[in-house]
Amino acid sequence: MTSSLRARAALMSVLILAVFLGTWHLATRGSGSVANLNPEYAKLLGATATQGKSAMPGPADVGAKLWEHIKSPFYDNGPNDKGLGIQLGYSIARVLLGYLLAVAVAIPLGFLIGMSPLMSKALDPFIQILKPISPLAWMPLALYTIKDSSISAIFVIFICAIWPMLLNTAFGVAAVRKEWINVARTLEVGTVRRAFTVILPAAAPTILTGMRISIGIAWLVIVAAEMLVGGTGIGYFVWNEWNNLSITNVIIAIFVIGLVGMILDQLLAQATRLVTFPE
Amino acid sequence: MTDKFISIEAIAKRYPAKGGGETAVFENLWLSMNRGEFGCIIGHSGCGKTTVLNILAGLDEPSEGTVIVDGQAIEGTSLDRAVIFQGHALFPWRTVMGNVAFAVKSKWPKWSAERIKAHAQKFIQLVGLGGSEHKRPAELSGGMKQRVGIARALSITPKIMLMDEPFSALDALTRGTLQDEVRRICLETDQTTFMITHDVDEAIYLADKIFLMTNGPGAVLAEILENPLPRDRARIDLHRHPLYYPLRNHIVDFLVSRSKTFTTDVPDYDPRKVPVVKLALPEPVIATSAKSVPSAATASTQASA
Ligand SMILES: Nc1ncnc2c1ncn2[C@@H]1O[C@H](COP(=O)(O)OP(=O)(O)O)[C@@H](O)[C@H]1O
Ligand SMILES: [Mg+2]
Repeated sequence: MTSSLRARAALMSVLILAVFLGTWHLATRGSGSVANLNPEYAKLLGATATQGKSAMPGPADVGAKLWEHIKSPFYDNGPNDKGLGIQLGYSIARVLLGYLLAVAVAIPLGFLIGMSPLMSKALDPFIQILKPISPLAWMPLALYTIKDSSISAIFVIFICAIWPMLLNTAFGVAAVRKEWINVARTLEVGTVRRAFTVILPAAAPTILTGMRISIGIAWLVIVAAEMLVGGTGIGYFVWNEWNNLSITNVIIAIFVIGLVGMILDQLLAQATRLVTFPE
Repeated sequence: MTDKFISIEAIAKRYPAKGGGETAVFENLWLSMNRGEFGCIIGHSGCGKTTVLNILAGLDEPSEGTVIVDGQAIEGTSLDRAVIFQGHALFPWRTVMGNVAFAVKSKWPKWSAERIKAHAQKFIQLVGLGGSEHKRPAELSGGMKQRVGIARALSITPKIMLMDEPFSALDALTRGTLQDEVRRICLETDQTTFMITHDVDEAIYLADKIFLMTNGPGAVLAEILENPLPRDRARIDLHRHPLYYPLRNHIVDFLVSRSKTFTTDVPDYDPRKVPVVKLALPEPVIATSAKSVPSAATASTQASA
């Protein structure tokens, strides 16, 4: 029953994709030569006017271009022409660095907040006011103080990734079942051992859910941040290709951003599953 | 007696009441038990049984009074007092072995891994879970989970076992088997046990002393019933003992009517001298009176502290 459902769903997905690609193809197809023009003039006007071809690339154009990128992802022809793989590498590296820094701060701090009602109350106003700030609003301040665009981007990732992890860790730690805490108390388990062997595993699913939300936000923000700071990265690539008027590359970049985001999300979903135990 | 193993002395528990002031769950409560005894506390929901047990465990603090165990006033929780929780409270991320070993390691942190494992194994075997060491709680039935809870509590060889309605979530059949198990283990190891139950038959089968608690707020210990059934009793023919029904009726009567009216019926109640009641078979008398068996109760008022 479930396998047949899965098979039918897969079939449906393929069908939807086919309809989408078909519509896209039809919508961007050239409508043949429009007028007989002086060839010199036609060249100046470009294919859009002369052949009725849409300025929007079709699926075939994008496919061909994508294949080119896949064949040589790591070429480097100077600052404005680097392979897609290199640009992605920069973005992923920035995201991971900012993210890991955020993990290193958010999880211990979340533990502190979750375990100490005093710290929870004391830090609450700061968290409440800092959390809703758009990470990009920090950018000028970061550029001014850090004076390095790449590190500024990492800082922006750090600041946007920290909140979901911090709040989830604090919540997960504070919500550990009273009974488990009481087991640890009756067994006279010390604070450190209790934190690592009772609270951490009990709160792990909630913490990882926070980490999953954070990586999603970090990946959303890196594109915007790199558009602002420029230089390298998939966000810069999108902006650069827009300036080059290469809509094909822009579409490819959009697709690749989605793909990487999905992979990052799935990795954390898998990790969450590993630490979740039914009762 | 002066060598009470457990002595609860004048404890009170009060909570701030709605609209100012305080409500007392109980005031000036005295209760004591001897070494190796099995005590059951029976009373309606909300009368403060869990509160008493948690204070005894050290998980909760009394607003007033002290608890003395083995000659020492208790301060917080202790590895000497193991608790079996109502909802088993196993760690779902640990296996059966992991759960028991966690307790063993807490008691003997310096033991080697093999020694901890061997010790835990012994207690897993004791509760009849040999072969399930590597299962996680999610793979166990309710009864098996509670067995793990018992193994975990016993593995630290506590001076006292405290059980808060340990079997209330189980089906009747499983409950019966576990009661047999607990009784066997407690007799074998001469364990001092304090248990909360709302199951009259469970109390009759397991307990040496049954503490009857009146309804709250302001609950008091109305009576201490000494179990007149022989020490080697079997659950299946409990009801054949001539004192079984008198005992059962006495408890049910208390729960149905006297638990509500006790405080007004007995105005000169002294919490330090809780009546100790021991049912006995009626003397064969010629002139039959209308009074039936429960009247044979001989209430001897003794100082219980
Ligand atoms: N934190 C609390 N605040 C106020 N009242 C409480 C609190 N905890 C327990 N109580 C009250 O104490 C009484 C006794 O509770 P409990 O010991 O759990 O009863 P039992 O185990 O006999 O059912 C209940 O009436 C309950 O409402
Ligand atoms: Mg209770």
